[in-house]
Formats: sequence, structure tokens, C-alpha cells
Amino acid sequence: MFHARRLVLAHFWIAFVAFLGAIVLGEWQMYVRSPLHAWVNNPEHYYRSVTAHGTVMAYVMPTLVAMGFGYAVAELSLKRPLVGLRWAWAGFWLVIAGTVIAAVTMAVGKASVLYTFYPPMIASPFYYLGIVLVVIGSWIWVALMFFNLRAWKRENAGASVPLVMFGSVAGAYLWAWTSIGAAVEILVLILPASLGFTDTINAGLARVLFSWTLHAIVYFWLMPAYIVFYTIVPRAIGGRLYSDTMGRIAFVLFLVFSMPIGIHHLFADPQVGAGFKFVHAAMTAMVSVPTLLTVFTIVASAEIAGRLRGGKGMFGWVKALPWGNPMMLAVTFSFVMLGFGGAGGLINMSYQLNETIHNTQWVTGHFHLIFGGAIVIMYFMLAYELWPQLTQCAPLRQGLVKTQLWLWFVGMIVLTMPWHLVGLLGAPRRMAYYDYSHPDLASQAWTVTASTLGGLLLVVSAVLFVFILFKGRKGTTVPQPFTFSQPAHPGGRTPLALNSFGLWVAMMIGLTVVNYGYPIVQLALLKDASVPVIPIGSR
Amino acid sequence: MSTATPTPTPTTADGFDHASEAIAIAAERRWAVIVLAIMALLVAMMVFTGLHWAAMPPSRVETIDVKTVHIRGEFVETNLGTAMAADGKVTVRLIAQQYSFVPQCIVVPADMPVTFRGTSTDAIHGFVIGRTNANTMLVPGFVSTFTTSFANVGEKLMPCHEYCGTGHEAMWGRVQVIPAAEFISKARVGERLSCVPR
Repeated sequence: MFHARRLVLAHFWIAFVAFLGAIVLGEWQMYVRSPLHAWVNNPEHYYRSVTAHGTVMAYVMPTLVAMGFGYAVAELSLKRPLVGLRWAWAGFWLVIAGTVIAAVTMAVGKASVLYTFYPPMIASPFYYLGIVLVVIGSWIWVALMFFNLRAWKRENAGASVPLVMFGSVAGAYLWAWTSIGAAVEILVLILPASLGFTDTINAGLARVLFSWTLHAIVYFWLMPAYIVFYTIVPRAIGGRLYSDTMGRIAFVLFLVFSMPIGIHHLFADPQVGAGFKFVHAAMTAMVSVPTLLTVFTIVASAEIAGRLRGGKGMFGWVKALPWGNPMMLAVTFSFVMLGFGGAGGLINMSYQLNETIHNTQWVTGHFHLIFGGAIVIMYFMLAYELWPQLTQCAPLRQGLVKTQLWLWFVGMIVLTMPWHLVGLLGAPRRMAYYDYSHPDLASQAWTVTASTLGGLLLVVSAVLFVFILFKGRKGTTVPQPFTFSQPAHPGGRTPLALNSFGLWVAMMIGLTVVNYGYPIVQLALLKDASVPVIPIGSR
Repeated sequence: MSTATPTPTPTTADGFDHASEAIAIAAERRWAVIVLAIMALLVAMMVFTGLHWAAMPPSRVETIDVKTVHIRGEFVETNLGTAMAADGKVTVRLIAQQYSFVPQCIVVPADMPVTFRGTSTDAIHGFVIGRTNANTMLVPGFVSTFTTSFANVGEKLMPCHEYCGTGHEAMWGRVQVIPAAEFISKARVGERLSCVPR
């Protein structure tokens, strides 16, 4: 019973092949600007590559993973065929069409504006249309998650929604509202300029609208990883989920606090006043709460596993954990990277500390550690867990899987730690080359080489990942029915508020409107804020 | 952290007794309170340093007509550079454009408050000065203002830190921090200092 198998596989294959391409571009970028290579002949090629790397890693790969995983969860947890399979395929093809259109536009050099767009620079309209198609495709997924949950609720009135489905639907709603900021930016500000209807654009307003999406999108990327933490990790390591309720609280807190905090990306910007910067900084502190709750719950769940395996005493349970199990390894690596990345994040969100590292290479290190590290390593596990269900392959080779995870972890640490260091020293990001003959930069040259080597380990790991999946692309092993984690104390009643979304979606929209409404209206009314556009790619 | 918290111990192979559930919930609540307390402390620190040290990010929204920046007002070319007012206040005015700063070399005194006022005439730019906290975005249509001081004498690099198009990687300015006494002896009211060779 897995009707959407081909659908889920299609999402995962495209996601991971695109990921492989983008990671090679990333490593090329690191290489050409390192002392190992002469200055890149045409810096525009570098920015073209950065645009493609960011667009795939931010929009295409995680969106397809979230969509595929969401469909799989809907069938596996609700135990009924997916409602709207044809619509799901339509959404998939929209994402593919958008990706291809954007990819071609980027490849011919008509869209080297980076995935963060940066108006008043304006790329070819095809780039933005491609992104819009990807987002519309993902909105179909959002709607299908809603309809599938509703269909199940009608058949199971009053029953508790499985935690894994609850988290997936929360992720879908989060994305729907997260994407609105960039959607408005593209449709209202950028496309009219890109199509030539206007030759000025409100760059300050565009930045504020994009910040709405730019921070919360990280929580959209993160939801599948957290869903795996709560609903697969405890089962995979032989433990129980410490608290089902805490999982629900974490998911709804992400829903409420992801959006109204984005202006912390704009602390050093002149178009937002100090008051709203402070409000967003304080709210950003709140969004670390679900993560800290999650760390407690998952470590406690691991403790249950350790004690069930005979671990005794204060730390004896740690030794008793199944360290040979890839999931144990992955969740440990993920938490280490989440710990470093989260600590860095607390610095970024601090109204004052941010000035030390704002927009330096530190920031690149921060989000690679959180997203590329803590989150993507759980995407690997999610694929490994589901693969036997999807392809009926024989069990994946655990040795290879563990090697892949180790390479990813070591590579990510070696990539990002030098970035954090030089960021503190004031190294700027997004540079096609550095003048290492300058004494201030000469002393930093080794860090770029180190990051290049870290990146190389990541490329090897990514190739190994796709190789493992490819080796398991088909088989005849009938898989065991897929199960999710059991709570330590089953049979508890789920409070109504944590079994539905009405209250949380209302808070999400309300808080965002309160925190973004005034800056948006104020900026929209400023006459001088509209500035001439700068066409990119010699249109 | 969780290692010190009590967790349920199994009483049977397939379940847990009721008392352990109460302990589990209590431990979880304790942790939630600790988390909220940590966050409240962080926010309190932000409020304290913000109000007491007046350490705040740029605070006001000030616009400027990008079409006339070059021809009138405070950012005309002759007014760019470092100025010392009659009351001793030091102000640096600069412009960022694809792909350079004007002036490309800025002179500032050490250990004196220095106010930067800057804007962009085309794309979004920004800069960070050496290892200091002087760090801002420059958005066309807006004036960025911040005040800082420099503890160490010497020349620092000032790269553009926001992608502003092909050529971004070549957009590096310089800042020379000179002793306050030397600066004051050089600066005359009404003149604009820079270290750009004439």
C-alpha cells in the first residue's frame, strides 16, 4: 500500500540530481577564488554560478524534498491513498518547468542577480517566471496536504492526527505564508520592471518583502528534518518519543514565530527604523524556543533508547546507544552542527552583536552549517529510510551510508569553521576573487583553501549519496510496513488546540501583519524610495 | 542538560507506569521554563545595551532623491570625505556606486566619535571596515547613518560586502585611522579630508 510511490520517487530523484549539480558549482566557486587557482577570467561566471547554486539549493531541492516527503507521509501515516494524485503530478511538472526555465536563463547569463534577487538589479523575466512556477507548483502541494488531512479527519472524527502528519501540514502552511513575501516582491515590484512596464523600483520595500520570506524559508527547509527527529529517529534507534505533545508545540511555534522576525536580516539597513528592528530581534529569540525544546525531547528520547538497551547511571545510557546505527550517527552530527549553527544564530539575531559579523563570510558559514549541515544530513536519512519502501530495494549498505554521513559531517565542519573565523575578521562574502597579495588578505588565504578542501569532501559525500540511492533504484524485496516512533506514554489525549491549526494560522498571519504592516506601508508611500532599475545580462 | 533530568524507567517490556509520566512532564516543564528564562535574559541584555550604552543599529528612515544626489545637497562631490564641525564633531560622507566608493580612501581620527553618512547611487552596496564593528548597508534612495569610534591607528580595508553586480569583487576602499591630535591639526572647519592622492 503505497500508491504515490512513483510520485515521491520522481520528487526525490529530481531534488537529489539537482543537488548534485549545485554542489559541484559550489565547490567550483570555492576553488576558483582560493589561492589554488588564478583569478577567474570572467567574474560574471562566478556570480552566474552563485545564482544557480543558491537557486537550486534554496528553492528547488528543499521544495521537492518537502513535497515528496509530505506525500509519502500522507499515505504512510493516514493509511489511505493520496487524494489528488493527478494534481500532485501537475504540481511536480510545474516545479520542473519552472526549474528548467530558470536554469536556462541563468546558464545563458541573463539572471546573475543571486537567488536573493537584489533589486534594483533586474534579470530577465524568464528567471522570475521560473521561480514563480516552482512556487505555484509547491502551493498545489500545500493545498493537497490540507485536503488529505481533511479527508482523513472526516473519516476519523475526533481522533488525534498522527504527529508526523501534523508536522508535515504545519510545514505546508508555514511555506504557504512564507512564500507570500517574495511572491509579492516578484509580482508587484520585480516583474513589472523586468518586463519593461516601469523603469524604477522601490529597492527598500523589495528588501523588506524579501526578508519576510528569507528567514522563514529556513524553517520550511527545517521542518522535514525536525519531523524526522520526532517521528523516525526514536524508532530507528530503538527508543520511544519522549513527548508527542512537545513535538506538536514545536511545530506550531515555528508556524507562529517564523515570519514576524525577518527584519533581523536588515539590522544594518537604512529603510527600517530601530523600533521594528528591536521587535523583530526580540521575536527572533522566541523562534529559538522550539529548537531548544526539540533538542531536549530528542536527547531524552535517545536516553530512553539507551536505558532500554541496558544503559545505567547518569551517562551510562550514552555508551549503550546504538552507535553503529546510521540514524544515531546522523542525529548526533545534526545536533552538533545545530549547536554551532544555533549559537552563531543567536549572535546574528542580537541587535548589537550582529554589527560585528553582518553580511560577512560568517553568515555564509552560519547558514551552510544550519541548512547544509544539520538539515540536509536529515534529508539524507529521510531518503535512506524511505528508499526500501519506494523501490523495494534490498537493505542499503550500512557501511557506505555511514561513510557518506561521516564525509558530510567532516566536510561541513571544515567548510564552515574557516568561514566563521574570517567573517569575524571582516571578510566579505560573494567575492569572485581575493587579492591575496594584500598583507591583510594574505593571512586569510589558508582559510579559503581549507574551505575548498571541506567542499571537496562534501562533493564526494554527495556523489556517494546519489550512488547509494542509484544502487538501490529497484528490487524485489517486499518492505516491512513503515512505522513511525511510538510515544513513551501512549494513549494520552491530544488537546484540541494541538490537533488543529486554526488558532496557530491566525496567530501566524496576525503577528506577521503587525510586525510587517507598518514598515511595508511606510516604504510603499515613500516617493524617493523608487530608484532606477539596473538591467543585468545586457537585455 | 537532559542527562541530569529524571526520565521514565520501564516497568514492563511494553509500557511505562503512570508515575513516570508525571516525572517526564515535570522535567519537560522545567526545561521549558529554563529556555524561556534564557531568552528573556538575552532580550533583557539587548534592551540594556541598547538603552544604557545607546548601542543600536541605524535608527531612522531618511530618504534622498537618487536622481539629484550628485548635483545638490549633502552628497555633492565637493562635500564628500571627512569633515570636522566647529563643535568638534567628525562626520564622514561617502557614496557607493558600481564599483567604487567616493572617496576611495577615508581619513578618520582614533578614539573620537565618528559619524558616517552614506548612500548609493545605483545598486545596493554596503561596507565593513577591517576588524571593527563599522558595518552598514547602503541602499539607493536612503541615507545610512551610524556613529562609531576606532581604537587602533592604521590602514584598514573597506570592502563592499553586498553583491552589486559583476565587479563587486573589485570594490574595496581604504580607511586610514590616524591619531586624534594629528587629525585635529589637519582638519580645518569647512574642509573635507580624504587620503585620495590628488
